[in-house]
Amino acid sequence: MSRVRQVDVLIVGAGPAGLAAAARLAAARVPRVEVLDREQQAGGVPRHCAHGGFGTWPHLLTGPAHARLLVTAAESAGAVVRPGVTALDWAGPLSLHTVGPRGPETVEARAVVLATGARERPRSARLVPGTRPAGVLTTGELQQAVHLYGQRIGERAVVVGAEDVSYAAAATVRAAGAEVVAMLTGLPRARTRPARAADARLRQGIPLLTGTTVAELLGHGRLSGVRVRHGDGREAVLSCDTVVFTGDFVPDHELARRGGLTLDTGTRGPAVDGSLHTSRPGVFAAGGVLHPGESAATAAHEGAHVAGAVLEALAGAAAPDGVPLSVTPPLRWIVPNRVTPADRGLPYLLRTTAHLTRPLLQVTQDGRTLHRRRLARAVPYRTLGLTARWTRLVDPGGGPVRVTLGDR
Amino acid sequence: MTAAGRGPRGARGTARPATTQQRSKDVTVTRQGPLPASPYDVTVVGAGVVGSAIARGLARHPRLRVALVEAQDDVGQGSSKANTAILHTGFDATPGFLEARLVREGARLLAEYAAATGIPVEPVGALLVAWDEEQLAALPRLVDKAGRNHHPDTRPIGPEELYAREPHLGPGALGALHVPGESIICPWTTTLAYATQAVRNGVDLHLNTPVRAVGRDDGTHVLDTGRGILRTRWLVNAAGLHADTLDRALGHDDFTVTPRRGQLLVFDKFARDLVRHILLPVPTALGKGVLITPTVYGNVLLGPTAEDLHDKRATGSTAEGLEGLRDKGRRILPALLDEEVTAVYAGLRAATEHEDYRITAHPQQAYVTVGGIRSTGLTASLAVAAHVRDLLADAGLDLGPAGELEPVRMPNLGEAFPRAYQRPELIAADPEYGTLVCHCERVSRGEIRDALTGTIPPAGLDGLRRRTRARAGRCQGFHCGAALRELFEEAGG
Repeated sequence: MSRVRQVDVLIVGAGPAGLAAAARLAAARVPRVEVLDREQQAGGVPRHCAHGGFGTWPHLLTGPAHARLLVTAAESAGAVVRPGVTALDWAGPLSLHTVGPRGPETVEARAVVLATGARERPRSARLVPGTRPAGVLTTGELQQAVHLYGQRIGERAVVVGAEDVSYAAAATVRAAGAEVVAMLTGLPRARTRPARAADARLRQGIPLLTGTTVAELLGHGRLSGVRVRHGDGREAVLSCDTVVFTGDFVPDHELARRGGLTLDTGTRGPAVDGSLHTSRPGVFAAGGVLHPGESAATAAHEGAHVAGAVLEALAGAAAPDGVPLSVTPPLRWIVPNRVTPADRGLPYLLRTTAHLTRPLLQVTQDGRTLHRRRLARAVPYRTLGLTARWTRLVDPGGGPVRVTLGDR
Repeated sequence: MTAAGRGPRGARGTARPATTQQRSKDVTVTRQGPLPASPYDVTVVGAGVVGSAIARGLARHPRLRVALVEAQDDVGQGSSKANTAILHTGFDATPGFLEARLVREGARLLAEYAAATGIPVEPVGALLVAWDEEQLAALPRLVDKAGRNHHPDTRPIGPEELYAREPHLGPGALGALHVPGESIICPWTTTLAYATQAVRNGVDLHLNTPVRAVGRDDGTHVLDTGRGILRTRWLVNAAGLHADTLDRALGHDDFTVTPRRGQLLVFDKFARDLVRHILLPVPTALGKGVLITPTVYGNVLLGPTAEDLHDKRATGSTAEGLEGLRDKGRRILPALLDEEVTAVYAGLRAATEHEDYRITAHPQQAYVTVGGIRSTGLTASLAVAAHVRDLLADAGLDLGPAGELEPVRMPNLGEAFPRAYQRPELIAADPEYGTLVCHCERVSRGEIRDALTGTIPPAGLDGLRRRTRARAGRCQGFHCGAALRELFEEAGG
C-alpha cells in the first residue's frame, strides 16, 4: 500500500554522525544519499546545546551553529536531508518503513547507516521513588525547553549528576533565570575538569553534594522538594520546584533491536567492528547509538569514518567476520566491540568505573598479548582511547579478544 | 518572578477558559468560575470511571438535568487512572455478592461498549500460576468457583502446557488455571469516553469542584463546593476514596475507606514479547498478590503492591515497594528485569472493611451512595451505572423517557489496532497525522491537536498523556516534552 522508493544509502538520524556520513558519501559521488530524522529540524542533540565547544579548533562553535553547519555540509554535498520523517521498522534486510506528513513509504537502500543517537535515562528508569509531580526533567528536555522554545522552567532546580552534561544543565537552568539549589552525585567527587567543578561551586555558588542520592521526590501537582540521602544515612529535604536528571545515557537502539542486530552487552548499542559494520551485512552504525554520552565530535568523526566502509560495501565488498572484543571490570565498555585484522584508523573508546593511577591497558587473545600500554591515569568520566594499530595481530579464527585495565 | 512564570501554566489547570463550548449545542465543561444557580435534578459527585458511567447512564434520560462534579482538574484522576487496566471476567468473585453480579454484567457491557467506541481491549486470557503444592491444590476450588460465576471454560493446565503458553516464565511453576476471558483494556479512554458521551448528551461537567459540605434546603441538597454553591434534588456519591467522608456528611456511617496503595512498574515495549497472558498469582488470604500483565499500549506491567494507608493522597512510590516488586517479578518472569522501566506509578484502591460493594439508596434523602468500588470498578462500571439508575427510579426519581445516546468514537491508543500514524487515508486527508511529535509512542500532532480541542480538553500535560499517550514512552519527555508543552500552551491561549 505504501510507496516504495529506492536510494543508495539510507541514513537514519540527522545528528552529527548521520550528517557527517551523508556529507562524505555524497561528496564521494554516491548519487542517492538520504538522511531521515524524526525531529522537525535536522541537527541532532547539538541543536539544543546552546553552549560552545562544538566544531574543531580553531573553529569552535555553539551547538546550534554546529548543527546548521553539518546540515549545510550534507546538503551542499548533494545528500537529501528529510526531517519530520520517522523510520518505523524494517521492511526487509536493507529497507525501512517510514512515515511522515506525506504518508507511509518504504525506502529500499543498498546500505543503511543507523545513527539514531542516545538519550538520558529518565527518573522512572532510574527507579527514583516518590510522587509524580511536574518539574521533573532530563537535560535533553530542559535544554529544548529553554533553548529551542524559550519556555520558563521553575525557580529553584536541583541537578542530579556532576559530570559535563550536568554542568551544562546547571548553566541552562541559570540561563533560564532560575537558581541551582544544589548539584548532587552518588560519587565521591565531580566527574568533570576540576576547574569547571570549582567554578560552579565557588564562583557560581552551587553547592555540590557528593556521596548523595535522591531518596524521594515530593509534591503534588508541582515538585516541592527532593529528599536526599547521604551515604552515611543522613537525610535532608532540598526545597525546589524543578529537578534535572542528567547523564546516564542509553542508546536509542529501537531499530537495531527490532532488526535483530547483535547488541553489545556493555553499551547496549549495536555491536560493530572497526569499520562500523553491524552484524547484518549492509547495515552500519555510528555515533551516540554506539556509545551513549560521547561527544558530538566523536560522533561526527565516526560518521565520516563509516562512509569508507559504506563505499566499499556499495562496490561489492563483503563484510569481514571479526571476533568479539570484550572488556573486564573495571572497564565498562569498548567501542567498536568486534575486531578484524583489517581494522585501522578508528581508535577504540573505553570507559572505566574506577580511578586508577598508572594502570596497564592490555589487549590479549587466547593468552597472547597483542598490545600493552601504561597509561598516566584512568578516571571514570573520561573516555580512554586505544589505538587500533594492533588489530593486524588478531587471529580471525581465534577466540575473543580481551581488553583489561589493571596494575600489572 | 510571578506565579504565572512557574513552569507549565496548565499544570494547575488555570490557563483554560472557564467554559469550553464545543461541538453541539449545549456542551458544558467548566474548570473555574461560578456554578449554575438553578438546581440540577441529579448531581453525581466524582468523575472517576464509576461516576462518569453513572452520569452517562443518566444522560439517556433527556428530561433530567444532570451534573457531574469532580474535585480535581480532570476526569479519572483518582483510582481510575492508576490501576492494573484489566477487564475482569469475575471468575473469582464471591458468588452471591453484588460485586459478582455487577462485574459479570459489566464485563459484557464494557466489552460491547469498547468495541463500539474504539476503546482498545485485548482478550489475552489469564493464567493463575501455582508455584507450590498448596497453590496447586487451590486450583480445583477456583475452577468450581468460576463455574458458579458462569465461567465454565476455566480449567487447570499442567506445567507443560503452561510453559508452552508462556515460554519465558521462570522455572519451577507446577501448573496454572487458564481463564480465557480475562482481557486488558485502556482505563483512560474508558473514563474519558463515558464522560465525553455524558457531556455531549447534556450532562454538565464541573471540574476543580471539591464538595466541602452538604446541607439540605427545601427538599434540595445544597453542596458547598470550592466554586460556590451547587443545588441538586438528587445526589449520587461516587466519590471513590472520599465516598465515606461524603456519606458521613449526609449522616451515614456504613463504611470507612482505607486507601490501599498499589505501586506498579511499567516496563519498556521491548518486554511485550516476554508475556502473552495476564499472569496472576493464586489468591491467598493476603489478597490477590502481584501480577504481570501486558498492557494494550504494548508495555508490560508488574504490580501492584497492597499497602493499607491512611493518607488519601499518598500516591507516591517507595524504594521498598519497588524493590519488593522487582524481587517478585524476577521469580515470575526473569527476563523482564533486564528491560528498562518506562514508568512507575502508584494508585489507591478504595478498600473498605466490607468485602462487597457498598451501594445503598436512601430514598428519604434522595441520595445514593456508591462506595467501596474496588479494583473491579472499571469492569463493573456500566453495570454499576445501570444499577444506580434503577435505584434512583425505585427511590422515586422520575427519570422521564429514555432515549438513545449519540455514539462516541474515541481515538485508539492500543497497539493491537491501527494508530493514526498507521492509517494512510487519515494522513492523506490531514498530514498532521503523519507528523509525529512523541517518538517513543508515535503520537502525531494531529492526535494532540484533537485532544487539546476535544469535548473535555486536558488540564495539563498528564491529561494529554492519558488522552494520546504522548510523553508516556521510554524517553519520558527527553525528545518531546518541550514540544508538547509548546503545543499545550498554544492551545491554552
